[in-house]
Amino acid sequence: MVYIVGILALVFLVLTITVIVRMQKVLKGVKSSETGEGLPQGNRWNGAMFILFLVFALVASTWSFLVAEKDFLPEASSIHGRRTDDLFWFSMGILTIACIVVNFLLFFFSWKYQYKKGNKATFYPENHKLELIWTVIPAVVMATLVFTGWRAWSDITSDAPKDSEVVEIVGKQFGWIVRYPGVNDKKLGNYNYKLIDAQNELGIDLSDEFSFDDFTNPSEMHIPVNKPVLLKIRARDVLHSVFIPHLRVKMDAVPGMPTRFWFVADKTTNEMRAELGNPDFDYEIACTEICGQGHFGMRMRLVIEDEVSYRKWCAEQKTFLQTYPDYLAKVPANLKAKALQYMPTQTTESTETTPADSTSVDAASGGAGTSASLR
Amino acid sequence: MSVVETGIGTTVHAEEHEHHEEQNFWRKYIFSEDHKVIAKQYLITGIMWSVIGIAMSVVFRIQLGFPNANLSWLKPVLGQWINDTGQLDPNFYLALVTMHGTIMVFFVLTAGLSGTFSNFLIPLQIGARDMASGFLNMLSYWFFFTASVIMFSSLFLQTGPAAGGWVIYPPLSALPQAHIGSQMGMTLWLVSMTLFIVSQLLGGINYITTVINLRTRGMAFNRLPLTIWAFFITAILGLISFPVLLSAALLLIFDRHFGTSFYLSEIYINGEALPNVGGSPILFQHLFWFLGHPEVYIVLLPALGITSEIIATNSRKPIFGYRAMIASLIGIAFLSFIVWAHHMFVTGMNPFLGSVFMFLTLIIAVPSAVKAFNYTTTLWRGNLVFTPAMLFSIGLVSLFVTGGLTGIILGNSALDIQLHDTYFVVAHFHIVMGAASAFGLFAGVYHWFPKMFGRMMNNTLGQIHFWLTFTGIYLVFFPMHYIGIAGFPRRYYQFTTYNFSSSFTDLNAFISVAAILSFLAQFIFLWNFFYSIFKGKKSPQNPWRSNTLEWTAPINPGHGNWVGEIPPVYRWPYDYSKPGAPEDFIPQNVPYSQTPESNLPHENEEIAMEKVIEAQNFNDQFKEAH
Ligand code: HEM
Ligand SMILES: [Cu+2]
Ligand SMILES: [Cu+2]
Repeated sequence: MVYIVGILALVFLVLTITVIVRMQKVLKGVKSSETGEGLPQGNRWNGAMFILFLVFALVASTWSFLVAEKDFLPEASSIHGRRTDDLFWFSMGILTIACIVVNFLLFFFSWKYQYKKGNKATFYPENHKLELIWTVIPAVVMATLVFTGWRAWSDITSDAPKDSEVVEIVGKQFGWIVRYPGVNDKKLGNYNYKLIDAQNELGIDLSDEFSFDDFTNPSEMHIPVNKPVLLKIRARDVLHSVFIPHLRVKMDAVPGMPTRFWFVADKTTNEMRAELGNPDFDYEIACTEICGQGHFGMRMRLVIEDEVSYRKWCAEQKTFLQTYPDYLAKVPANLKAKALQYMPTQTTESTETTPADSTSVDAASGGAGTSASLR
Repeated sequence: MSVVETGIGTTVHAEEHEHHEEQNFWRKYIFSEDHKVIAKQYLITGIMWSVIGIAMSVVFRIQLGFPNANLSWLKPVLGQWINDTGQLDPNFYLALVTMHGTIMVFFVLTAGLSGTFSNFLIPLQIGARDMASGFLNMLSYWFFFTASVIMFSSLFLQTGPAAGGWVIYPPLSALPQAHIGSQMGMTLWLVSMTLFIVSQLLGGINYITTVINLRTRGMAFNRLPLTIWAFFITAILGLISFPVLLSAALLLIFDRHFGTSFYLSEIYINGEALPNVGGSPILFQHLFWFLGHPEVYIVLLPALGITSEIIATNSRKPIFGYRAMIASLIGIAFLSFIVWAHHMFVTGMNPFLGSVFMFLTLIIAVPSAVKAFNYTTTLWRGNLVFTPAMLFSIGLVSLFVTGGLTGIILGNSALDIQLHDTYFVVAHFHIVMGAASAFGLFAGVYHWFPKMFGRMMNNTLGQIHFWLTFTGIYLVFFPMHYIGIAGFPRRYYQFTTYNFSSSFTDLNAFISVAAILSFLAQFIFLWNFFYSIFKGKKSPQNPWRSNTLEWTAPINPGHGNWVGEIPPVYRWPYDYSKPGAPEDFIPQNVPYSQTPESNLPHENEEIAMEKVIEAQNFNDQFKEAH
């Protein structure tokens, strides 16, 4: 910190001294150098400054990059993420070269061809061949970048595989709520924004039997590793945007227009903790669309785990109906019997102790079988 | 068309009469119809806005760089927005960001840059007495002024000014209950911007008509300085795109006040499900960016035009590839209308559309690259004079290149997934649009100050101002790329909520310090500017030994610009250092018949055309019979 501010202060100090020295010359009267004869005023030091700046910029940008690099995000934890990262650094490489070359020429020419008495500039209004060359070169480079980018984009935005794990994530002022399709029917129930109230924060429609085993979570999202995950994204009030920096995932949440994004995460939270040597590491979900006062604080924890622990976690979650049994009243009469399966009396005890958990997993998968055959 | 023509008719009439009698103070300096006075009005208003806008960025930079700083000392200015423990209110942070963006883009760089120089230079460089309609031109400024007053007054509302980002995406901006910035502040924002758009349209119509109809004898389109080409194309861009923003704003006003659902659907907020269904927030984004993207060129093209002119003059060389420069201007302008959705890759838009917009966006890089190469080649084997204007122009090219290149990354939809709405974007657009255009503004002021005020600005102070600003801009915005690569989202009040954004506290402090120092450096300019208006050295007739027509007008051009006939034009504006010529410049109004020693073979044929040019209609608003 002190170090950086010190360097900055130094740069400005040097510049300020130049200012003062120059100022004195200004005050001493400039008429002599400014009129007709001799060099244009200050031409020489400005020419030199271009070279100085060039050197300074090269050194400063290289050094700062090396210092900053360790604070960049770690290698992407998703398959598409590594692909876009590679593409990013590849493009950056090409562009950095272009940037250095053009800026170098610009500054070098500025210094080299500064006004010299008696010199005359070369009258050189055009050269079609040259212009053609430098129209075609960027066009070709651009075409390559576009093509690779386009292929990645098409793959990323293609339809999610059929066996994707579906998770719904809903943005609201100011937080995320996730909803899982449940362990039995594995389908998200309908929703309707008019049904939203203080408990039913997502407007789950309990007249749809698929919603009976849905469960929600306002603080964590769990997903399995090495398995396609499809996020179904929506917003309740204003725009939000789901951003999972480590997975290179971003998609807006739009009220009235559900969006989606699918990906395969391939490093569990624990693997990342080990890799980074940071036992406190957590994946995080942030919001990147301005949504009001709490926009900067919509953190949600993301847990990536192996499939077994994931299934176990899912099974441990209380369904919406279990949490709020009152909503049984909203279930239509003909489905009441089915909904009753998910009522607290049947499962409250089983979530209490760990051994009971495994049985509930079994029961749950058995249940899924039944409901599937019922359909 | 007929409307415009009557407009011209009445102006001619009005001016004919005013010409003889001295105008009173009000007519001369306040409600003036003289394009030069209007240009200065735009410039001064723009400068005042830029001080406010940049000061705002300093406040939020302090917040970002030193999140724990005690800001009680700002209480006298910000009052209630600093709480008792000396912290900045998060709502007000967003308001500051929003106002900063709106002010810088629209009020400083659209009005202050394009408004100033289109007004000032079009008549002077094409050889016209004034704009086609001085009256509309005056109205244009006063609409802008009213818009400014309204926007400014919104800063003092109890609930604060608009705070939804400069793009004011609904539903946030449509629902007063969603944010305090969406209450009265948003209403005033919309009213102000509506007036602003009207102002832009009035101005744009004028610029276009003037360029088409009022060029002096011989000033064919292929002899127009590149400044005029740039202003002309900018005006067309504005004329096509601003009405779309106007509609977007009007529909938003309907949604806010009259219960319509253009942008609203299925919203539950503050314990209440709103009745609106069927609208689309994405519609607004399409409409907004249909203006928004051309808008970035509306601010940038005039700067590029100004730069072309200044680089040629001070390299003492013709601009390299005059035709390619025009072609690339037109290419960029055309393409700028069909790339808007690159701001919307991750809105859930159809991925196929994303692919199309990616292709179109990356095509823009080609004409832009051509421009950068042409500028560089113009410097090659020149005889460069580093006036402050020249320095800022070279600086502009550097920024244009550095910032433009990261656009190629962001235009790639696959890469934009990660980078969208992070500081990488902030870095990109500040360099390529903000700083580059601001450099165009500085360059223009330094270069045409003598024509505006008849005096010179201090050269050395200008050069120092340049180096401080140039270094400052890179120190502020270059490191922002790193922060963006690390995934820091923009419009965040603080970064400590997340682990992934808990790094870079030093770098953020560094950027803030650099921003403050760059801000302070601008006072050198302000002092130089205002001091020189009154006390600067008297300007010679043609201080930069330039070819364009404005330098043939009197040092302090009066109403009507030229005394006597408007000079005709015989050649293009870039005959610098022509082989054989005794001087290193030949102004546009020097006929080929007078320069046999330097004429190229095909130019000798043009000598025969001189009679034709001279015989042309005067095209002079004051001299035409009526
Ligand atoms: C010293 C000069 C400047 C500094 C330090 C500065 C800094 C910043 C920063 C840090 C942000 C992002 C804030 C956030 O997202 O939380 C921002 C936003 C912005 N700035 Fe600047 N800026 C400066 C000059 C300019 C100029 C010359 C322009 C003209 C184009 C400009 C246009 C914008 C726009 C359009 C935004 C986006 C506002 C929004 O998010 O709604 N800025 N500025
Ligand atoms: Cu948000
Ligand atoms: Cu754009």
